[in-house]
Parts: sequence; C-alpha cells; structure tokens
Amino acid sequence: MRAFAYIRADSTDSALRGMGSPTQPDRLNPQVQYLAGGTLLLDLMKLEVLSPHQVIDINGLESEYGRIELTEGGLHLGALVRMSQAADDARVRRDYPVIAQSLAQAASAQIRNMASLGGNLLQRTRCTYFRDTSWQGCNKRQPGSGCAALNGPNRQHAVLGVSDQCISTYPGDFAQSLVALGATVETVGPTGRRSVDLEALYRDAQQPELETNLLPGELITGIRVPAGPWTRNSAYLKIRDRVSYEFALASAAVALDLSEGRVREARIALGGVSYRPWRAREAESVLKGQPLTQANATAAARAAFATARPRAQNAFKVELGQRTLVRALLQVAGQTS
Amino acid sequence: MQRRDFLKVTLAGPALGRLPPEGEAHSRQEEAPTRLVVDLTVNGLAQRVEVDARATLLDTLRHRLGLTGTKKGCDHGQCGACTVLIGGRRVLSCLTLVAAVRKPATTIEGLEKEGVLHPVQQAFIDQDALQCGYCTPGQILSAIACIEEGHAETRAAIQEYMSGNLCRCAAYPHIFAAIEQARPLMLKG
Ligand SMILES: Cc1cc2nc3c(=O)[nH]c(=O)nc-3n(C[C@H](O)[C@H](O)[C@H](O)COP(=O)(O)OP(=O)(O)OC[C@H]3O[C@@H](n4cnc5c(N)ncnc54)[C@H](O)[C@@H]3O)c2cc1C
Ligand code: SF4
Ligand code: FES
Ligand code: FES
Repeated sequence: MRAFAYIRADSTDSALRGMGSPTQPDRLNPQVQYLAGGTLLLDLMKLEVLSPHQVIDINGLESEYGRIELTEGGLHLGALVRMSQAADDARVRRDYPVIAQSLAQAASAQIRNMASLGGNLLQRTRCTYFRDTSWQGCNKRQPGSGCAALNGPNRQHAVLGVSDQCISTYPGDFAQSLVALGATVETVGPTGRRSVDLEALYRDAQQPELETNLLPGELITGIRVPAGPWTRNSAYLKIRDRVSYEFALASAAVALDLSEGRVREARIALGGVSYRPWRAREAESVLKGQPLTQANATAAARAAFATARPRAQNAFKVELGQRTLVRALLQVAGQTS
Repeated sequence: MQRRDFLKVTLAGPALGRLPPEGEAHSRQEEAPTRLVVDLTVNGLAQRVEVDARATLLDTLRHRLGLTGTKKGCDHGQCGACTVLIGGRRVLSCLTLVAAVRKPATTIEGLEKEGVLHPVQQAFIDQDALQCGYCTPGQILSAIACIEEGHAETRAAIQEYMSGNLCRCAAYPHIFAAIEQARPLMLKG
C-alpha cells in the first residue's frame, strides 16, 4: 500500500475542504479518497489499484448522515447508514422489502456492519484483470490498454450494457433495488448541493475508466426513494455459485403494483448480468396492463435480454438471467395475490 | 521527521489533524509515511501506539500489541479469520485502519473472565468445533455477535449469518452445534 495522509473530518465543510480543489483532478485514481466502511477502499489500496495521497475519514459525520427516515413521500437513507442497519430496519423490511433483501443477501455480516450505503453504491467491479495490477490489458484500470476479459476467462462478466471496451459486471445488489424504485442520490460538492437520478449516476461502458457522473470531491449525503404502491410488493432474488457470501451470477429486483389480477405498474432491475445497475424497461412495458402469468413473465424476461451480447463463457447468463426474472416476478405476484 | 507528520488520534476525540490549505494535499512530492499516535482500548485496556497511517487494526493487534490470537487469512475481507468486535459489533480487522477505530475493541484474548471461558469458547471445545483452529478466534467472535444480534434462532439463520467465516477444515456442522449450545447460556447471561 502506498503512503497517505489520514485526516478525520468532523463536518461536511471539513470533508470538502480536505478534498481541496485539485486543478487537474485524476478521475481514474483520485488523489484524495473519502473513507467510510473502508471495505472497498482498503481492499483496492492494498492491491494498489487505488493509491490516494490522502484519505479523509468521514465516519465522524455519522450523526448527520447516519439516519433512516420514513415519510409519506418515501424513504430517506443517510449515506453513512450501515448495510446491516438498513437490512434489519423493521420499517424498511415492511415497506421496502426489495431494499432490505438486497442488502441482507450481500457480502457477510461483518462487512455489512462496516460498509456504508454511500460506499456501497460506489463499489468497483470484481473483474480479475481490474483487480490484479500485474495483469496487462484492462481499459478500466489503464485506459487504452485493451480488455483482456473479452477473450479471457469471462464467466462472471456481463451480457447487458457491455461494449468492446469493457464487459465487466457491476457487482452490487443494493443499487439494483434502488434503480428499480427510481431512487435519487443527494450530494454536496465544491459547487453546492444537488440531487441526481441514481440510474443516471452510472455511466455506460464506452469510457470504462469513468464509472459515475459524480464530480471530483463530491460527497454522497443520502438516498431518497419515492413511495409508490409497488414498494411493499417487492423482492430481490439473487442467484449465485454458493447460497451465501457470494456475488450474484444473476439477480432481479422486482416491485409490482397489481390490481384485479393485472399489472398496473412493474419496476424491474437486473444485477449480475449487466455492466451497470440495469433497469429493464422493455420487460416493464411487456407486463403493463397484463395478467402476471408464466407466459407473460417469460415474454417480459425475453424482452429484457433481447439486446444481450454474450461471450464465450457467460452465455449461460442469458438463460439464467431470464429464469431469475421469471421466478422473481411470479414470487412477488404470488405473495400479493 | 517533520512536525506535521505527527497527528494525534484520540478515541472519539474531536476532529483530527489539521486540514491542509487548499491545494497542498495534491502537491505531495515525497512518499514519506505518515506517522500517527493512536489511543485504543483493547479488551478493557487503554493502549497508545505510534503507527504508520497505513496500519490495519489486524496488524497492530498482532505486531504491536502482541495479541496474535486474531488471525490473518486473506487480508482482503474474504475469509473472516480476522473478525473482532468494535463497540460490540463484529467487523473485519484487516479492512479497518487502526487510526479509524473509535470504540473499544474485543479480541479472543479478552473473552475469558477470571479463568472461566466464555460460553461460546467452552461450546467450541465441547462440540469439537475446530480442527486446525486457524479460523476459530474469528468464528468465536463472530458467533458471539451473531447470537447477540438475534441471528442465531434457527440452524438456517446461523448458517446464513455465519457465512462470513470460512473454515478450510470444514468444521461447519460442529461450529453450528456449538453456537446452538452456547446461545441459551449467553441469553441467560
Ligand atoms: C469479500 C467481499 C464480498 C462482498 N460481497 C458483496 C455482495 O455480495 N454484494 C454487494 O453488494 N457488495 C459486496 N461487497 C462489497 C461491499 O458491499 C462494498 O465494499 C461496500 O458496500 C463499500 O462500502 P464502504 O462504506 O466500505 O466503502 P469504502 O470502502 O469506505 O468506500 C468505497 C468508495 O466510495 C467512496 N465513498 C465512500 N463513501 C462516500 C460518500 N459518502 N460520498 C462519496 N464517496 C464515498 C470512497 O472514497 C471509495 O472510493 C463485498 C465486499 C467484499 C470485500
Ligand atoms: S472487462 Fe472491464 S474491468 Fe475487466 S479487463 Fe475488460 S476493461 Fe478491465
Ligand atoms: S483476514 Fe480479514 S477477512 Fe480474511
Ligand atoms: S478449523 Fe481449520 S480452518 Fe477452521
């Protein structure tokens, strides 16, 4: 690990001040990094994929950004709420089960105690070429160096939203549930506060070294999830190589508003199969106004994967992803009827 | 050593160190390690150590405080061997900067009270819940927290909530049995 200066921020202002205003920010390997749970940052610093000069510990801001609030308008999650805190919250489990389930099925109990919701959104791909700096050919780590995974081991890689530059998978679970529910992220940065649609925060695979549209030094302060008749009727289904403590091969976040046997509105996002948290709008429109039958669920799943671009070892994800979505849809429909 | 290389870290103290004037943080030329003085409470004892800012809690426990019961398996958050309690919650000490620790820590060395083993330690012996023993300190700390969190009500819950502690010897069925043995004793207090 490279040497760095460690600073504790005790207020939003001091955190932003610690960031300074770099004249030429290095967005690939930022020289100043916020430290929340550290479960991603320490891991990648040990691997020297990241090597900041300065680490700003923002855990002192927990009193400000560590709360879960439920109002009629929706759910508000502070950026420093821990994964376990939200997963175990009785209100989140009752009114937003897809969120609680996506968190409870992620990582391990220890990691969930450490990891913050803000940091979770910014986790990086587990692609081995990205994590191992002794391996050449990773556009995400070294722009222009190629993508060794295109013709290398790519069983874990994505089939949706990929490009010839990068086929890595967004590894998280929580972001899928949020994207399905249309959540926004609140930030504060050198130029003030703003609110960003979470789905639009994640960039496409054309320029893989840039993953999000966060500005250099911008701090995530919270997440807002709008209320809707579908949030209670929701679930997160995660399929993986072992039943616990493993990243998704395929996952589906599903929320349904059903009335008289028909789908008034479906909210669907997919994980494990896509370059970024993937809202499956095509599948949503197939279901709209229809009864939720096996046939309709299958048609929706087919629509979701119509643009899939499988590689040598991950073609199974096209089938697995569809079956995962079908099962999730029928499960949510079953629990509400 | 320059004076500005010393930052004092106190437990739950106010803001630490000083913030650099704008721009300074980005013009560092030297790779000189930052040294910090950290005040920690481990197993009820106050400790003061001078560390490199890069030091993890795991390495500090093992190499500076002589508490080698906490094990290093992967050093990357994947195995759970380094599990300790901070403020009563189970965390991974390999992914924790020692400078960032704000609450008292408990390690395997702090569980025995006046010669009496903790119920979970005793249960691990009774149930033969280890073979090589390398994962055991982490398993025991994790099991204590698992019971206290209320995630050990059923065998299925134990399996799910203990999945962050790998055992290469695959003593899993015995580990689960040990947790089932210790749980009522712990809840009785
Ligand atoms: C073995 C292992 C298994 C895992 N399995 C899963 C899994 O199955 N599913 C899953 O979803 N995740 C999984 N994870 C990933 C884990 O959930 C993330 O590492 C974690 O959520 C990151 O949160 P953190 O608070 O620790 O982030 P940190 O490591 O503190 O920070 C991560 C990044 O975000 C930045 N950052 C942090 N907070 C903010 C903020 N408020 N504003 C702006 N920037 C910020 C940091 O500067 C850093 O770049 C796993 C991790 C490990 C090690
Ligand atoms: S898939 Fe993306 S992260 Fe993996 S090697 Fe290719 S460019 Fe790098
Ligand atoms: S040594 Fe910390 S999880 Fe493996
Ligand atoms: S007893 Fe050997 S690793 Fe668990």
